[in-house]
Amino acid sequence: MRRSLLFLPGNTPNMLINGSCLGADAVIFDLEDAVSPAEKDAARILVRNTMTYMDFRGCERVVRINGIDTPYWKEDLDEVLPCRPDLILLPKTSSAADIQEADTYITETEKRLGLAAGAVGLVALIETALGVENAFAIASASPRVAALFLGAEDLTADLRCKRTKEGREIEYARTRLVTAARAAGVDVYDTPFTDVNDDEGIETDAALAKALGFTGKASISPRHVETINRVFSPSQAEIDYAYEVMETIRLAKEQGKGAVALRGKMIDAPIVERARQTIAMAQEMGLGREDA
Amino acid sequence: MAEIVQRACAGTMESSDVYVEIEPGREGIQLHLESVVRQQFGEAIRETVRAVLAELGVENANVSVRDRGALDCVIRARVETAVRRGRGNN
Repeated sequence: MRRSLLFLPGNTPNMLINGSCLGADAVIFDLEDAVSPAEKDAARILVRNTMTYMDFRGCERVVRINGIDTPYWKEDLDEVLPCRPDLILLPKTSSAADIQEADTYITETEKRLGLAAGAVGLVALIETALGVENAFAIASASPRVAALFLGAEDLTADLRCKRTKEGREIEYARTRLVTAARAAGVDVYDTPFTDVNDDEGIETDAALAKALGFTGKASISPRHVETINRVFSPSQAEIDYAYEVMETIRLAKEQGKGAVALRGKMIDAPIVERARQTIAMAQEMGLGREDA
Repeated sequence: MAEIVQRACAGTMESSDVYVEIEPGREGIQLHLESVVRQQFGEAIRETVRAVLAELGVENANVSVRDRGALDCVIRARVETAVRRGRGNN
């Protein structure tokens, strides 16, 4: 379950050491934009030590390495892969070839270090116009790809448009990424909402992302985590309805009925699938029913 | 053995961090420590710094540590960074 993914600057101990207590389902140790070129070496050692010595149980560990067009990304991987992060976030992914290049090096490194092959997943950060257009090819470039991730700040710079709170300028990218990710069978995460003090804005933005089909949403501030978690969690009414759907289906099967309705609405395969997803998430959140 | 060939530093003076300076030395490890928690944890911090230097094979260096309440894993990271920079092969 990854509803919220919280960015933590890779060279700031104060943020890193508290990362697991901030409520996010996953933390992203950022070695890229949050770290100046002169401190890349320091940040990767600090992130490695944080992952080695701090307890992140219940919180997945993602590392945003530097892009494959920089001199840093291989050293980033050399340093952090032995700590077995859950995911590597690859910035500026624009083509399937970018994924394959990173995948090849990760596979070599896993072998060299004696790590389980394919254990670490790759998340493609899509933040260029080319990346958006190649989204499906990127999502299906390797079995290692676990998700697509929209990065709207760099994308809007590439599109030469202004980034707004309303996000009209990223509508196409959002729907394109959701469709591409779902078609490839991987997850998809929405870009952070960057106004830390706008509580109403994060609520609206997260609700839009959820409505479009995103799996979860990134955040640059711990302040947004609670809202994102709430928006991306099923409500009690949704959980109750999902169990009702499954019970209705069970009874219908018992009675040998084909078509069946609940609350005046036909229960068809997509409704059952959605109910299954809701129950799976409820169970992960500890809200599932034992008897179901 | 790892030789420190140039002065190098790592870390910051921000809260929960530590600022480490390392210089070439000739008489073993000369360690100077300033810490906001020196009274309670001074000896533990010294031990950590010496342990990391030993792990990295540093036998001679002048090391100055200005601690702002850093955890052990942060102290270890900053000392290692300073050593790598001081070895000049970073």
